[in-house]
Amino acid sequence: MEQSIDWVLVKEVISCFFILAGVVFMLIASIGLLRFPDFYIRMSAITKGSTLGLGLILLGMAIYFNQPGVLLKVLAIIGFTSITAPVAAHVIGRTAVQNRIPFWEKTDLEEFRAYLVKAHLEQHISHDKYLEEKAKKEKEMGDAAGDTV
Amino acid sequence: MKLLLLHIMLAAAVVYTYFQFPGARVPYTALSTTLLFAAVFLLFWLGSYFYRRSYFRKVPKLAYFIAFFLKELLVANLKIAYDIITPNYRLQPTVFALPLKASTDLEITLLANLIGLTPGTISLDVSDDRSTLYVHTLYLRHGDVEQLKLHIKNGFERRILELTA
Repeated sequence: MEQSIDWVLVKEVISCFFILAGVVFMLIASIGLLRFPDFYIRMSAITKGSTLGLGLILLGMAIYFNQPGVLLKVLAIIGFTSITAPVAAHVIGRTAVQNRIPFWEKTDLEEFRAYLVKAHLEQHISHDKYLEEKAKKEKEMGDAAGDTV
Repeated sequence: MKLLLLHIMLAAAVVYTYFQFPGARVPYTALSTTLLFAAVFLLFWLGSYFYRRSYFRKVPKLAYFIAFFLKELLVANLKIAYDIITPNYRLQPTVFALPLKASTDLEITLLANLIGLTPGTISLDVSDDRSTLYVHTLYLRHGDVEQLKLHIKNGFERRILELTA
């Protein structure tokens, strides 16, 4: 009996596995974006999850097409995304700290305190305080708008 | 570093020219091209034993570093994914100050980039005198900040310093 392995099928199964894994990672990262409690944690989840998801999907595509040109392009895309994604995350995180976006109340800021004091950013830390101030500001805005009307 | 780039380009050129000849026995697919490229690159690397010993030692370290990093990436991503799909958080978010041994722009950038690429950690800022890197992390190692610092210092920083030295 002739025993021959269907290589096209094997290739498709492997590429399917990669693409599905990538899609699942991206989906979970998106759910994390909705679920997590504060800005920094959400950003952590979405930037990393989508980088890995994109890499896996593209890798699956390269395996499916099985052409050197496609593989080279996929490697270039993965390389450039993984260089630029953390830079973007770093810049957004730094800007958030500078703009006093509050941390989650369970965040341990023990060692960060010195930096915040030095940069005169210490007053924003509590999440409740941030919400209180925001509500107050909105109320003032509402009052001002009420006066003009 | 320059030699590595040169070798990669040379190996790519060799593979490209090989497939230009009509009599090529190997099928023109991604797998065969990758294997051929790896073989040619391996030859170049072995050749460097005779004229650049430090480069000869660094290439396996680089390969090991990439493998270690991919493992970190996958494990940490699975950890976050598990936390997202189960109802309770196991998060212990912490901002800690990582004392830097790396001093040049390239080393600090590489370290911050790798920390940013590992799930769960984001580099927030570098202090003005470049002695500390402030890192936001989601998980601690065995509930201890010092353990995590040691892990980053031994896993990432030491290897980066070895490679760029």
